[in-house]
Order: sequence, then C-alpha cells, then structure tokens
Amino acid sequence: MKIKSVLVGILPVIVFVIIWECIAQLNLVPKYIFPSFSAVMIEFYHLAVSGVLLDNLLSSLFRVLAGFLLGSAAGIVVGIGMGSKEFVNKSFHPIFSLLYPIPVLGWAPLLMVWIGINELLPVALIFLCSFFPVLYNTITGIKGVDREVIKAARTLGASDTKILTTVVLPLAIPNIFTGLRLEAGMAWRVVIAAEMVAIPTGIGALMIRSESLLRMDVIIVCLMVLSVMCLTFERFFQFVERRITKGWGSISAQNSWNFEQTMKSEK
Amino acid sequence: MPTIELKNIGNHVFSNLNMKVFDGELLVVLGPNGAGKTTLLNIITGLVSYEGTVLFDGVPVDKTATNERQIGYLFQNLALFPHLDVASNVGYSLKIRGKKKEEIAQEVDELLKLMKIEHLKHRYPKNLSGGEKQRVALARALATSPKVLLLDEPFNSLDSGMCKCLRRKIRQIQREMGITTVFVTHNLTDAEEMGDRIVALNSGKIKQVTSKMFNDATATDNGNHSQSFQDCLHCTIDCYCKGTEEDYESADSPACRM
Repeated sequence: MKIKSVLVGILPVIVFVIIWECIAQLNLVPKYIFPSFSAVMIEFYHLAVSGVLLDNLLSSLFRVLAGFLLGSAAGIVVGIGMGSKEFVNKSFHPIFSLLYPIPVLGWAPLLMVWIGINELLPVALIFLCSFFPVLYNTITGIKGVDREVIKAARTLGASDTKILTTVVLPLAIPNIFTGLRLEAGMAWRVVIAAEMVAIPTGIGALMIRSESLLRMDVIIVCLMVLSVMCLTFERFFQFVERRITKGWGSISAQNSWNFEQTMKSEK
Repeated sequence: MPTIELKNIGNHVFSNLNMKVFDGELLVVLGPNGAGKTTLLNIITGLVSYEGTVLFDGVPVDKTATNERQIGYLFQNLALFPHLDVASNVGYSLKIRGKKKEEIAQEVDELLKLMKIEHLKHRYPKNLSGGEKQRVALARALATSPKVLLLDEPFNSLDSGMCKCLRRKIRQIQREMGITTVFVTHNLTDAEEMGDRIVALNSGKIKQVTSKMFNDATATDNGNHSQSFQDCLHCTIDCYCKGTEEDYESADSPACRM
C-alpha cells in the first residue's frame, strides 16, 4: 500500500522528465535555449563539485534564515500582544492594515535608498515578507482559542500570564505554524527576487548572470534548488507542528480542510 | 466549607436576586434553557459582571479574582485542555500553583483512582468517551481542593446508565468532602436524586424552593414544614414544567413557597 502511494507520487515526475528529455532530444529548439534533463543534471554535477552552487546557496540561506527568523519572531511577539490585549490590537490594527497589502518587492526601491545595496537589503525584505502573515496568523490563533477553556483555566487558579503561556499559546500553535509554513516558502521567492535585482551573490544573482550568458541549464539547476529549498522549509515546519500537536487531534484536524472528506460528507 | 449568599444580584439576566447555599449542601438549580442557570454559576465564580454582593461565609468576594475564589467548576462542555493528556489536565491547577512534580503526580494518581480512570492517565481528551471526559473534568475540578463546587449540566451528553453512575459518584464525593455544591440542570431525575434542596429558576427569577433538610420536610416562608419533600418536589417540578410565571403561581401550594 505504501509502495503504491509512493509510486503514485513519483510516476508523474518520471513521466514529466521523460517527456522533457524526449522533446529536447528532438532538437526542435536550440539546446542552449531548451536544454535536456540530462544536460541539466550534468551541469548540476559540475556546479556542485566546483562549489559554485554551494557558495551561492549558503549566501541565500543565510539571508533567508536571518530575515525569516527576525520577521517571524517579531510577528509572533506583536501578534501575541494584539491577540491578547484589545487596546494593543486597536492601536496597531489600522497601521498594519495599511501596510499589509503592499507587495514586499514594492518596498525594494525605498529600502535600497534607506539601507543601501548590501546584505541587509534582502534580510529586510524577507523580514517584511515574514512579519505580516505570521502576525495575522498568531492573532487569529489566539482569538480562536475556545473561551470556555480560558474560563476553565481561570477557575483552576491560573493568572492571565499563566493562561497565556499554558493554554492560549499552545492552542494557537497550529495557526502560528500555518503562517510560518506558508512564509518559509515565500521567503525563498523574495530572496531570489532581491538577489536578481540588487545583490551580486546568491542563487538569484547566479540566475541573472546565467541569463546574460544564455546558460539556461544553470538557470534550471537554480530553479530546482529553489524548489527543493522551499519544499524543505515548508515540510520542516509541517514536521515540527505535527510533532508538537501530536495527540491533540481535534485542533489541527478541525483547522485543516480536506476536500475529499468534505465531498464525501456532502454526498 | 463556606455558605454562599447572593444579595440583590442584578445583571442582564437577574434582577434583585437573593439566595443562599448552605455549608456542605448540594443545591440543585432546575430550570429550562435560558433560565439563567449558567449565568448564576458564572456570578458565583466571578466570570461575569454583576451588581450586588456575593458572600462566602459572610465575606464579600466581589473584588476577589476568579482564580482566587477556590472554586471547582465543571463546565457544561467540560472545557478540557485538548493539548494536555489526562494526567496533565487533572494536575493543571497543582502545577500552576508551583507544587513539586512528585506531589503533583501523587495527587493526580489519587484523584484518578477516586474517579476510577487510572488507565486513562496518558490519553488525550480526543481519545476519551463522554463519560470518561466527565470524570476527568470532575477530577480536574476537585484537584484544586475547592471550597465550592459548581456543576453545570454535567450529564447532558451521557446515556442514562452513565448518568446514574456519575450521579452516585458525585453525590458520594460531595458528601465525603462536604463541599458546598451548586448543581445546575434541566433534568428532573438529576434534580430529584441529587439535591438537598432544589430551586426552580425561570427567566432569572427563583420560583420555588424544595428542601430535603429538616427531617425530609419542606422549608416554607412561615417556618412550617408540613408538606413532605416528595409532594413539594412535585410542586417544584410542576413549576419547572409549566414554564410561565402565572403557571408557577397557580401550580404551587403555599406550603412550598419560600
């Protein structure tokens, strides 16, 4: 059964690669425009062995980690304040409502002048990218905690601080992790864009240099690495969330929407 | 254990409500949905705002925070912590009071044994049946060593066999510990089997009080205890069933009034 489910997942990828390879081998398009899968894999090997890929990947990874950790931490802290204290929520809600809809890359020209073109620029962009979604997911998680459970904690002798740390925050974890998971992937997209525009190192910079040299094979290698990194980050947070909420059942299960189950229940 | 007094209580449900729960008694508050039963418990707990005074043993507790009133509250939906296993749910109040791990473990084990749910110690609430959840919630409420126990329709979702079993268990524990208890229900059987006194409540007003105290007689407004508890209980049940204020006035006998 497990083998079957793995095959179901892998088979479309194998079919896609075969079709890609076949089309490239037909030479309908010049190879420097549309390289074959095998050519891309060979280039991947060369980039990996020479250390070019790892150097650029580490540059991007550092920026993503720094921006993401700072942005998420700030989002969680401010979210806790806004979710648990109504006056904080009322004070900050208008300003954040105005800032949230601005696309992250919209900040880039402004930050280029304010911060300069240096390591801090992508970190600041990823900070903004991570901050708002984590903030709003934290607020939603905190406000969504069952009021009866909070009352129960109060009757059991818990102070406001204890209720926050022992009941509200643990129960808000599924929501907080939803924000972290979604933004973990988004942070990689933003860092690539920032590196393409302004920073001379990193996966994005490697891509833009390859474009000027018409090295589509290198670009595709970079895209593959980017895809794997996004997926790895998302899966990491999914794994941590599952480890933490293992056994709780109802909270994460109720919050997750299952199309198949919904269709079955409607029938 | 304290005598609870409510004096001139007013809020969105009650208007000038006065009532008393005696030391160590189990008072049943019987009433239809929307009668104000849960609000009454929330007033005693301090979870809702109100005018008037709530006294424990003659001392006003209006300014005492809920977490300092030493109340065990069994909520209607039980409100178990879904992120904690049974042992952690029961030991929650002990942990936040800074008790040592060994002490918590010992007290939790005793309570689980008392409720006969030792085997559920490491399960999460989602893996418990309705009856098991009730027992866990009761054990958790008792872990605070409460002076007052408030039970809000605890048998709502249970089958009759489980109800009977838990009714006995709660009655036994309440008598052994002598905890002043307010039990809210709309179930006549629960009221009849459990109450030392039964109060019929409707639209935020007390309509009838029936008592097992004073040698199985009924407390009346003039001090006569002429009618048997069973007769008066039926008056109270009639009052509860008929629903309107006029019905209450005509259905009850003067001997049952308070």
